[in-house]
Amino acid sequence: MTALVVLLAVVSLGVGPVRMSPLQVLAALFGGGDDVHRVIVQQIRLPRAILAIAIGGILGLSGAALQGLLRNPLASPSLFGAPQAAAFGAVLVIALGLADVRSYALPAAAIAMAFLSVFALLVVAGRNAGLLILILAGLAISSLAGSATALAMNLSSNPFVALEIAFWLLGSLEDRSFRHVALALPFITIGATVLMSQRHALRALSLGEETAQSLGVDVGRLRLIVILGVAFGVGGAVAVTGSIGFIGLIAPHLMRPLVGYDPARLLVPSALAGAALLTAADIAVRIIPSTSDIKVGVLTSLIGVPFFLYLIMRERRALGGGVG
Amino acid sequence: MMETFLAAQHLSVTLAGREVLHDIALALPRQHLVALVGPNGAGKTTLLRALAGLLPSRGAIHVGGEALASLSLRERAKRFGYLPQGHMVHWPLPARDIVALGRYPHGATDPAQLSPADEAAVERAMRATDVTRFSARPATELSGGERSRVALARVLAVEAPVILADEPTAALDPRFQIEVMKNLRAAADGGILAIVVTHDLGLAARYADMVMVMREGRLVAQGPPAEALSDDILAQVFRVTAYRTGFEHRMIIVPWAGV
Repeated sequence: MTALVVLLAVVSLGVGPVRMSPLQVLAALFGGGDDVHRVIVQQIRLPRAILAIAIGGILGLSGAALQGLLRNPLASPSLFGAPQAAAFGAVLVIALGLADVRSYALPAAAIAMAFLSVFALLVVAGRNAGLLILILAGLAISSLAGSATALAMNLSSNPFVALEIAFWLLGSLEDRSFRHVALALPFITIGATVLMSQRHALRALSLGEETAQSLGVDVGRLRLIVILGVAFGVGGAVAVTGSIGFIGLIAPHLMRPLVGYDPARLLVPSALAGAALLTAADIAVRIIPSTSDIKVGVLTSLIGVPFFLYLIMRERRALGGGVG
Repeated sequence: MMETFLAAQHLSVTLAGREVLHDIALALPRQHLVALVGPNGAGKTTLLRALAGLLPSRGAIHVGGEALASLSLRERAKRFGYLPQGHMVHWPLPARDIVALGRYPHGATDPAQLSPADEAAVERAMRATDVTRFSARPATELSGGERSRVALARVLAVEAPVILADEPTAALDPRFQIEVMKNLRAAADGGILAIVVTHDLGLAARYADMVMVMREGRLVAQGPPAEALSDDILAQVFRVTAYRTGFEHRMIIVPWAGV
């Protein structure tokens, strides 16, 4: 998986209006090659590739951690409305003119809203909620966040603000600089570290909350820490790219046949799979010929929703009769 | 009488505004198998959970002379092996990894990296319950009987001085019911205090050193099977009569008719 991510990253650095061979890319990356190539690779494409890997990674990791926490293969940040809520947080900051697009207020608001949304979801759905309740509650929360965002757009008189907001709804990695990397990476790192620290507790949770508690896992604390980790990761990611959905849902599923179902062992492979998926999607949006550019968030949703429908079909029995 | 290991005084539990356990007092020694019986809704599971510290209670619980309230979650986990009813596994983990989670309270949080001592405890537990040959099989693919033995192995692997088992024989065929009770009996003979919730008065009478009878949140009788399961108590608590006999120096009780 690691090799695949590296390979995709190199390809990602070579793809764009100016095509480069992998060798040219590597040369430019390490300070060789001609000046134009060097600037393109180091200043334009490298931040984009770093963001794709980091954000894809944290989305995959968050999905795997949430699936472990809820012991439910259909859990994912985007189905629970976390990115939508985070996007609303960011939009609110912009619409109110509280801060410009590059301030730390943006990720802070996004993280706060992401935390609030997942927390609200668990409160509404209850601790041992079945699949159906979780997904219904998630649908409600993401709709609420969506309409709140629409309201902010509706009320903003400034067309530039509306444009800015529209961008958050689509999700894109275009024209990102190292400033954006610096904005997102600390939060993503915190989120990833927090989630990874809970991996063994998530494994114990496979036996159910009561048994995990009897083995010495503080389940209430674990739940709070995982929500915090997801909020930091997803909030930090959304603050620079807008909402990119379904990576967190798909990545763990791709990895389970390869590494097994153990929630602890699934975390790192899911992060790598998420990184590979988002990098690949970001390459795809640059290759697919179109009059205006396709946003990567649109592409992941286009791929993710059919996949989700397929999962529902597979889990049909469980959906009908609670978690089996 | 042996030295008391697990004691409760004035133990009460309130759930959702309703008191479901009233003023329980008990004092139990190690090396005993205790059957906890009573009609549905009598509070047997609640008592087990309260003893393990899994739900808030009033009154005092002491284990090995230490107050339960003064122990951290992890210290509690080392003292009580808890086997919940139904023992669900949410992901198809290999049986051996599930048993290895029994070492979690001892700091062995990763089944892939057990110390030799933890590894030995896991092996002992798997051998005792005869599940070694399922080691690599995902728990969700095992039959009900196999799965419940894996769950029991996980509890044995804790090597805690107290085992609390909630209906470990429910939904098992007669052969496995006997196997599970024999495992618990062997654990008790090895020095453990095992408290087992069961609806099977026959198994209780046959395997337990002591029977505790609950009704409506109170302990109404405790003592050797012959005393605690007397005709009077069976009539009052379970509203049944029983046929009694003996076989191989054991008491046989078969609930016979309603009263």
